[in-house]
Amino acid sequence: MEENKRLVKVPTMAQMAANGEEPEILFWVGCAGAFDDRYKRVTRAFVQILEHVGVKYAVLGTEESCTGDPAKRAGNEFLFQMQALTNIEVLNAYNVKKIVTACPHCFNTIKNEYPDLGGNYEVIHHSTFLQQLINEGKVHVKGGEAFKGKRITYHDSCYLGRANDIYEAPRDVLAALDADLVEMKRSRANGLCCGAGGAQMFKEPEPGKKDVNIERTEEALATLGDGNGVIATACPFCMVMMNDGVKNKEQEESVKVFDIAELIAQAEGLSK
Amino acid sequence: MIGIENIVFLLVAAVGIGLFVWQIRKIRKNVLMGRDTDLADNPSERLNKMLLVAFGQQKMFKRPLPAVLHLFVYVGFLVINIEVLEILIDGIFGTHRILGFAGILYSGLMAVNEILAALVIIACAIFLWRRNVTHVPRLANGVEMRAWPKLDANLILITEIVLMLALFAFNISDLKLAELRGTHIAGAFPISSMFVNALGSDPDTLHIIGRVGWWFHILGILAFMNYLPSSKHFHIIMAFPNVYYSKLLPKGKFTTNAAITNEIKAMLDPSYQPPAPEVDAEGNPVIQRFGAKDVEDLTWKQLMDSYTCTECGRCTSVCPANITGKLLSPRKIVMDTRDRMEEKGEHPAIFKPNHYKEMGVERVEVTEEKTLLRGYITPEELWACTSCNACVEACPVNIDQLSTIMDLRRYLVLEESAAPASLNAMFTNIENNGAPWAFPASDRFNWADELYVPSKN
Repeated sequence: MEENKRLVKVPTMAQMAANGEEPEILFWVGCAGAFDDRYKRVTRAFVQILEHVGVKYAVLGTEESCTGDPAKRAGNEFLFQMQALTNIEVLNAYNVKKIVTACPHCFNTIKNEYPDLGGNYEVIHHSTFLQQLINEGKVHVKGGEAFKGKRITYHDSCYLGRANDIYEAPRDVLAALDADLVEMKRSRANGLCCGAGGAQMFKEPEPGKKDVNIERTEEALATLGDGNGVIATACPFCMVMMNDGVKNKEQEESVKVFDIAELIAQAEGLSK
Repeated sequence: MIGIENIVFLLVAAVGIGLFVWQIRKIRKNVLMGRDTDLADNPSERLNKMLLVAFGQQKMFKRPLPAVLHLFVYVGFLVINIEVLEILIDGIFGTHRILGFAGILYSGLMAVNEILAALVIIACAIFLWRRNVTHVPRLANGVEMRAWPKLDANLILITEIVLMLALFAFNISDLKLAELRGTHIAGAFPISSMFVNALGSDPDTLHIIGRVGWWFHILGILAFMNYLPSSKHFHIIMAFPNVYYSKLLPKGKFTTNAAITNEIKAMLDPSYQPPAPEVDAEGNPVIQRFGAKDVEDLTWKQLMDSYTCTECGRCTSVCPANITGKLLSPRKIVMDTRDRMEEKGEHPAIFKPNHYKEMGVERVEVTEEKTLLRGYITPEELWACTSCNACVEACPVNIDQLSTIMDLRRYLVLEESAAPASLNAMFTNIENNGAPWAFPASDRFNWADELYVPSKN
């Protein structure tokens, strides 16, 4: 096994610039992708895919900083703009043109809110990027774990779906797995939030009858029916909320929560 | 042919229309209390959206049953108005069925009108049933659904039924009178002809019933028109401009405050020259509030939103916070904005906010402050929002509830530093380590350690 794998040295923008090179894409990791233990696995799976298909990419490494999304949604426009203007300065200094990110919140903020502040980039969410790789035949979705017949339900992220009208890309990616895709009753434009958006991720919920993620998890579990299944997400906050929901319902043995990039990496035999 | 009846009619119509114009001017004044925002861009895209969403009822069809019933009432309203035009002309000039010269076209129009009028009665009856018998939750529940909104909805539905019945009374008596005279009147009346004997066969009585039906219909319409500005039913007018001026940008894009950008740029670069501050008519600089505390801090579009709201509750019924028992109800945000606007500014003839100020529900702990924030909308409601845009997506008339919630939140944070403690901790983390969690920035790249991929042979 040892001779069949190689250590990845993730390239940074600083190294590229020092060598006078420019990557094809900047992979914007995001705070959850860099710090959250569960979502770090998604970051690593996505890098494995990037390495596997041979895209010339780089990350900002320690030069990356929060996009300011949670500050903005919490009403702190001042802090948001501080973060945005600082990030834009870094991105523009490296002459970044194209950004791919696995976080819908980073995606929405950089794509829609940075242009007003002088940051103009082509921003792609990793669901769309993976869809392109599959369509171009660069990812074959074979050689790894077989998903045929496995029940998967996709939970729409608000900031990918309603906020940016991306509903089909993640579903197309999952369709490539040849799994048994089942839709929740509230899906696409009618999808129910996981409960973490609008900076709710960083505070206790207001008083109520129930937590939003429990409501959504119940719907997902009912959709998957009895037995094993996968809740697929494409957002770090959704992943935390759905994972917590599944644990709360004591279903973590049978129902797993995976990001679409992890599922592709597994199917392609990249991560074991 | 012009007699005293026509002169009375002309006077009544003039007063009715005059009163309506007077009320519209008040509402215009209220809406213009809001901050300016430039929404004159992309007229063709806006027109297209208006045709699809307002004229074409596109978003109504997310819920097919109410959509079809609403379509009957909507098309009925549009088409029957052509007959109202005839009623106006007849009333002024003492003519009788002046458009009758159109022959087959007139017959077709009358026949369609009768069928639509019957469908309107059926639809309104079902709507009354849904509100008062089956109690459809989104129509029956919610702290904002107090006495007046419920009464308002029932009044409108009953009025519509009565107006349609008056139209039938007018047609039936007309038909029967013609039959008694052995003549024919212009037009085809598929429904009235089924009930041609329903009102008896005394010519004098029939004549009176016909005149009463006619007068009742036209007076009813004039009264209804003047009731509109005080009612959720105002949406029949406001839906069109409100959809025209709706947000064309992705729903995830929130507004950027340029004044803040200038401040930060000046902080980061001492040589940066911010543009001169805005001045008012007397040349004094305008002190800008960050975010919204009261209605004049919102834009005119956000105020127009509140005059467009039909109180249908689709927004609240899909709100994740509301579904799980939190206090937030997007419909309440919009209705509160209208109430506060009319408390602070003008109010139309009938409507006075204090008609229904009583809350009846203790959980919304408003204060005595005379502002939208706290006086109507509490921080607890605002902090329950997940900014998921479900309310915005659900609204059939493109109200942007989320933008108002966000502007009120901004005021809490930027002007009062009144965010929940956990959010303040998150702000501090972003300021200190560039992440919402308390991890050192130097660890940001640790995820890349010991990462392997299968090597290709």
